[in-house]
Amino acid sequence: MKLKNWKELPEGAIIKNTPTSPEFKTGEWKTKEPYYHAEKCTHCLLCWLYCPDSVITVKNKKIDVFLLEYCKGCGICAKICPVNAIEMREVEL
Amino acid sequence: MKLKNLKKLALTGNEAAAYAMKQINPDVVAAYPITPSTEIVQIFSKYVADGEVDTEFVPVESEHSAMSVCIGASAAGARVMTATASQGLALMHEMLYIASSLRLPIVMVVGNRALSAPINIHADHSDAMGSRDSGWMQMFCENPNEVYHTVIMAVKIAEKANLPCMVEMDGFITTHEMEMVETLDDKEVQEFVKKRIPLYSVLNVEEPITIGALDLFDYYFEHKRGQVEAVFKAKKIISEVVKEYNTKFGFNFPDFVEEYETEDAEICVVAMSSAAGTLKEAIDLKRESGIKIGLIRIKTFRPFPYEILRERLRKFKAVGVMDRAETMSTLGGPLSIEIKASLYPLDKKPVIQNFIFGLGGREFSLEDAFHVIEIIENIKKGKKYDDVLYIGIRE
Amino acid sequence: MKKNFISLKELSERNIGLAPGHRACAGCPFPSIVRMVLSASDNPVVVANATGCLEVTSTIFPYSAWPVPWIHSAFENVAATIAGIETAFRVFKKRGIIPENKKINFIAFGGDGATYDIGLQALSGAIERGHNFLYILYDNQAYMNTGIQRSSATPFGANTTTSPAGKVIPGKLQDRKDITEIIAAHGTPYVAQASPSHFYDFISKIRKAFEIKGPKFIAVLSPCVPGWGYRENESIEIAKLAVETCFWPLYEIEHGVYKLTYKPAKKLPVRIWLEKQERFKHLINREELITEIQKKVDEKWERLLNLDGKKIF
Ligand SMILES: Cc1ncc(C[n+]2csc(CCOP(=O)(O)OP(=O)(O)O)c2C)c(N)n1
Ligand code: SF4
Ligand code: SF4
Repeated sequence: MKLKNWKELPEGAIIKNTPTSPEFKTGEWKTKEPYYHAEKCTHCLLCWLYCPDSVITVKNKKIDVFLLEYCKGCGICAKICPVNAIEMREVEL
Repeated sequence: MKLKNLKKLALTGNEAAAYAMKQINPDVVAAYPITPSTEIVQIFSKYVADGEVDTEFVPVESEHSAMSVCIGASAAGARVMTATASQGLALMHEMLYIASSLRLPIVMVVGNRALSAPINIHADHSDAMGSRDSGWMQMFCENPNEVYHTVIMAVKIAEKANLPCMVEMDGFITTHEMEMVETLDDKEVQEFVKKRIPLYSVLNVEEPITIGALDLFDYYFEHKRGQVEAVFKAKKIISEVVKEYNTKFGFNFPDFVEEYETEDAEICVVAMSSAAGTLKEAIDLKRESGIKIGLIRIKTFRPFPYEILRERLRKFKAVGVMDRAETMSTLGGPLSIEIKASLYPLDKKPVIQNFIFGLGGREFSLEDAFHVIEIIENIKKGKKYDDVLYIGIRE
Repeated sequence: MKKNFISLKELSERNIGLAPGHRACAGCPFPSIVRMVLSASDNPVVVANATGCLEVTSTIFPYSAWPVPWIHSAFENVAATIAGIETAFRVFKKRGIIPENKKINFIAFGGDGATYDIGLQALSGAIERGHNFLYILYDNQAYMNTGIQRSSATPFGANTTTSPAGKVIPGKLQDRKDITEIIAAHGTPYVAQASPSHFYDFISKIRKAFEIKGPKFIAVLSPCVPGWGYRENESIEIAKLAVETCFWPLYEIEHGVYKLTYKPAKKLPVRIWLEKQERFKHLINREELITEIQKKVDEKWERLLNLDGKKIF
């Protein structure tokens, strides 16, 4: 990304149109990533609640897609899942 | 020329500041008592208690919180004012930089006082000079009348520039000195200051913004550059607002510098705040015995009017600069150093003599002023002195 | 508590939390804490944040993870900052600039350093003045942002970079301050302790707090992967064990009335919690120290059992 020069920045060093962090992909940090067994999932939403990186999305009160480009591979989702619907797998390089 | 008869009130500097604040009726005042500015806080609390203003007054538990509350309220879009001095200004130090970087037009009245140790409650400019590079505008007033009008002008200047502004006066000498103050009507004040139009507001929940994010090496420098530009641009705003005020109400307040008897002067003395009053008196008397001396009083110290000073001071043979603060081991007080730097590009420049005086409220008498003038006159004649001279000290 | 109940399904419909792309460590639990706090609010929120891990990792210019208005000014003044904003909101209503019926919940987030230590004065002042805000202390029990230095929240025995466990000294020698009790002693209308592991309890407390006028304070335990020394996937489990061992009891003090909001079916020995963390590793064979820690946990728990249901102010 091209960095802005000083004249292009908003006054007061504020950040407008937040959130802007999704432009930064933290998914590169991970060595493992969740593999989601949709057929086992009961949609209790615990993984959504506890995923620190807002990777797990919910649509109509059901688990939807995993935004893996942000996943840091912590494994909290797999650990919290009461029915083992999430499994951590090594990331293939 | 006065456009109408203004109501004259006998007020001290503190009362004048509080009275101006009352007429401004800001949204929020958050303040903490400290000598010699305590009265401003007390008087203003009474205005609130009596319903003369409907400002929200926040009686905080420290100056650090005073400035923090001011920052929060100003970031919400409120018109915010406060007052402090000395140790209080020092305790706020961290927050001063944040107020200016976030571009919040807070107006703060400062009763200039020495810094501890030893603890001392009287006038000098150590407190103000400690915050001179914080990005605040700093306007120094000579007397209560100027304090009153400058507080009103400062609100408009600050809000147009989106920068905070200190209105400063000498502790006790001006804060507690009673003088006739020509006052405007409440309505005139309100019409002059108008409503604040903020750059942004943290209360805007529809379009959220982030204020005070972390900058790493890729943005901090750019943000600082932008901030410096804003301070430079404030010069024009200051001139315009002061001009508007003078025209509207028939005054002759200086924007950056006031000149006294400089027209035919050969030598000059530069000073700020109340010392200028004493020097003017001394100049009148010395002129009777043929010494052609003038005075330049710096009203606005930040943004620093170096172009003006370079232009006005170049014609003199010798210039004395009065500093009421120390820099502990450099070539004199902060004012003299900045004036020397301002004149440096000139091929032919006056000799500049620094005088340190009045620390901790040490009286600056008419005799002292004479002494200063005599030294400058001697320099004109070729006599040499130490880089820094201490006036009124027991050697 | 029933009244303040909101199901996870409903919460997921709101889903207001940190956006992805923030730089908190993998497995750090505070993003979940933020999600619970923001999503629990029925009204728009404005957030002030003290300097610390949460602030630093969530707003690296030009990337901000906050979907709500957010301000950071300094480390020790978040309570004063939110007080200023809340004051402006009140005066704008009084002056007709903001409609009288407009509702905003004002929230301050501070770490333990910002709360127990350097910011205690500003917090105490803001509470005494009665500003209407909710203070969320995310308590990771040390200064994590600057590299795991001790704070007055650091428990006895913990190894930090400024209370290192050495050959002679076994980590921090002092007990942690009881911040919840300190804030309660102000006569604060609502004070609670919570844990992200017990999310219904936590969310109910947040929702209850929003309904109460004046200052509110919730201390929520926020385990720290590098600071406490455990595996990235264990944050919630560690928080849970702190509750199950009664090291971190869940309770509230509403208008002076104590209420234990959760009593473990079987109180686990504190050793189980300590053993899970690197910062207590040096204590594992020091039976006398573990016994001392257990004794302190027991005393505090007994005290709370006695206070349960009682009114103290
Ligand atoms: C006045 C001041 N002193 C010190 C610091 C350095 N500092 C920044 S964050 C921090 C520790 C924050 O600790 P805590 O509040 O516990 O939050 P955490 O980082 O653990 O989330 C320190 C010491 C600072 N920013 N300002
Ligand atoms: S591994 Fe961690 S970051 Fe990735 S989806 Fe699971 S909880 Fe989220
Ligand atoms: S250091 Fe600890 S508190 Fe800070 S982001 Fe990492 S896990 Fe969270």
